[in-house]
Amino acid sequence: MAMTMAEKILARAAGRPTVAPGEFVVADVDLAMVHDIFAATVFALLRSAGFSQVWDRTRLVAVIDHLVPPPTEAAARVHQQIRRDVTDFGLTHFYDCGTGICHQLLGERGHVRPGMLLVGTDSHTTTHGALGAAATGIGSTEMAYVLATGRLWFRVPETIRILLRGTLGSGVGWKDAILHLAGRMGADGAQYRALEFGGPALPAVGVGGRLTMANMAVELGAKFGLFPADAVTMEYLAIRGVEATAFSADADATYAETLVIDLTDLEPQVSLPHSVDRVQPVSAVEDLPIDQAFIGSCTNGRVEDLQVAAEYLAGRHVHPHTRLIVAPASRAVEQEAMERGILSTLLDAGAVLLPPGCGPCFGGHQGLLAPGERCIGTHNRNFAGRMGSPEAEIYLASPATVAASALYGRITDPRRVERSLRYAFR
Amino acid sequence: MPSADTPPAGMIRGRAWLFGDDINTDLLAPGAYAVAPLAERVRHTLEAVNPRFADEVRRGDVLIAGTNFGCGSSREHAPEALKALGVGCVVAESLARIFLRNAVAIGLPVLVCPGVTAAFAQGDPVQVDLATGRVTNERTRTVLQASPLPEMMRELLAAGGVLPMLRRLAESQGAGRGWIDDLGA
Repeated sequence: MAMTMAEKILARAAGRPTVAPGEFVVADVDLAMVHDIFAATVFALLRSAGFSQVWDRTRLVAVIDHLVPPPTEAAARVHQQIRRDVTDFGLTHFYDCGTGICHQLLGERGHVRPGMLLVGTDSHTTTHGALGAAATGIGSTEMAYVLATGRLWFRVPETIRILLRGTLGSGVGWKDAILHLAGRMGADGAQYRALEFGGPALPAVGVGGRLTMANMAVELGAKFGLFPADAVTMEYLAIRGVEATAFSADADATYAETLVIDLTDLEPQVSLPHSVDRVQPVSAVEDLPIDQAFIGSCTNGRVEDLQVAAEYLAGRHVHPHTRLIVAPASRAVEQEAMERGILSTLLDAGAVLLPPGCGPCFGGHQGLLAPGERCIGTHNRNFAGRMGSPEAEIYLASPATVAASALYGRITDPRRVERSLRYAFR
Repeated sequence: MPSADTPPAGMIRGRAWLFGDDINTDLLAPGAYAVAPLAERVRHTLEAVNPRFADEVRRGDVLIAGTNFGCGSSREHAPEALKALGVGCVVAESLARIFLRNAVAIGLPVLVCPGVTAAFAQGDPVQVDLATGRVTNERTRTVLQASPLPEMMRELLAAGGVLPMLRRLAESQGAGRGWIDDLGA
């Protein structure tokens, strides 16, 4: 029986020849990830259940990324406990404070392989679908079960195919494509289902763009956001020393639905408060004054994102009434951006540079909002209270739109702003 | 091991707390209190949409909510806070995927019941029969039938969640076959 990517991965992990949507399976997990908000809780649950070991200490990656550096004594104590746990359980993969955001690191450090089944204590674990892995978020208790047994139950999801067609215009990015899809499908449009991206434009989507789109699959309710592992994927993996083979759905797999995104006609998109699916073209909200602009997160904190921002901000300065906050997704991103002159361009433009981490995106610290303030950011959620006051407003957009908006202190269509080509960010 | 905070099997009676669509995990468990103790976290549960909720909710009360309840983060803090506040059951038009898994994993009863928000007003006396999935408004005498949860999830809820299962597994063999193997068999 022909299967989608999600079906193929779950069948293989469950040791079955085939699976069909709606079936419940017990599957072997290939890789698990815990981050600092939940890691100590997961290990405490594991111990309280009577386990002193994890099923495979080489298949768990622990990351300290949300509260970095610790903003409070309570956070510092949590980190202290996590370091003890990492030692006690003998974990082989641990990334401490400042290395980067978990979802950036898993790919960047070569942990992800096409066809993997991957779970993490973070909803944006769907990110790793960018490299062809069936990856999804779970809670602390279920993670304790995974760490004890190496397995978890899954309901085989139906798959929605998203075909990408055409070519993105100048000033329009992959973030705009996924925001557009969120607006079309709604915040629960893919509930309990998998997204699988494809179509003639696929070879033009770099791994960065795939990570952005797969990351936000969960904002549509999706369980997985999968991209086929093709030549683009292989190149990214080869640089990181990961040997892998191409992986995709069977040619005649059955999809619940097929949607087409025509990239050629796509305008820059903005998600309005307080729900990710309240999406409008930037023209609908242009000129709204902003207090803060944020560039970073597991959605859009990579070198290419910082570079786009630098192209708009080179030789200019952000609006005096707007603060621009930049958080690279990892130390490697930060170093590359530094070497290529991107960071100094952003700093010259007035940016506040944060350490690599999740900081303001989840409302933890570093760039929270007062009542009545308005922020436009490259991150993935704009729920009321997500970044400080519930009476603040969060708009989500691409790095180009956020940079252009920072420049003028108002939500701005990046296509109306001249992009500096004086700077060769090499 | 069942304890005082294990929800009673069977029948739940309390007052209805009405909420709209897309009640997300940041409303249920704001990120600013991510590593705060549970007692502090629960004080902020749903405060942005109903500042009285955390103070006034009583053991056995029932959340009646719209579509996509619990969307957003994978934080177990969200169902954990509701359970700690004594919420007997969440009855929603639809549930976000991770919230559903987490609620079941920690033993917080949840039901999906299309049409439920139209059948209740804030404070209505509500009765939920977890065994049959019947949801009754005792003021209007309206009876709604929730969609049945998969059998495996019902068993988990009845057992008080994943942790008791995991303890049993640790006691029996430390690894190997567990409750979920019935599924894979």
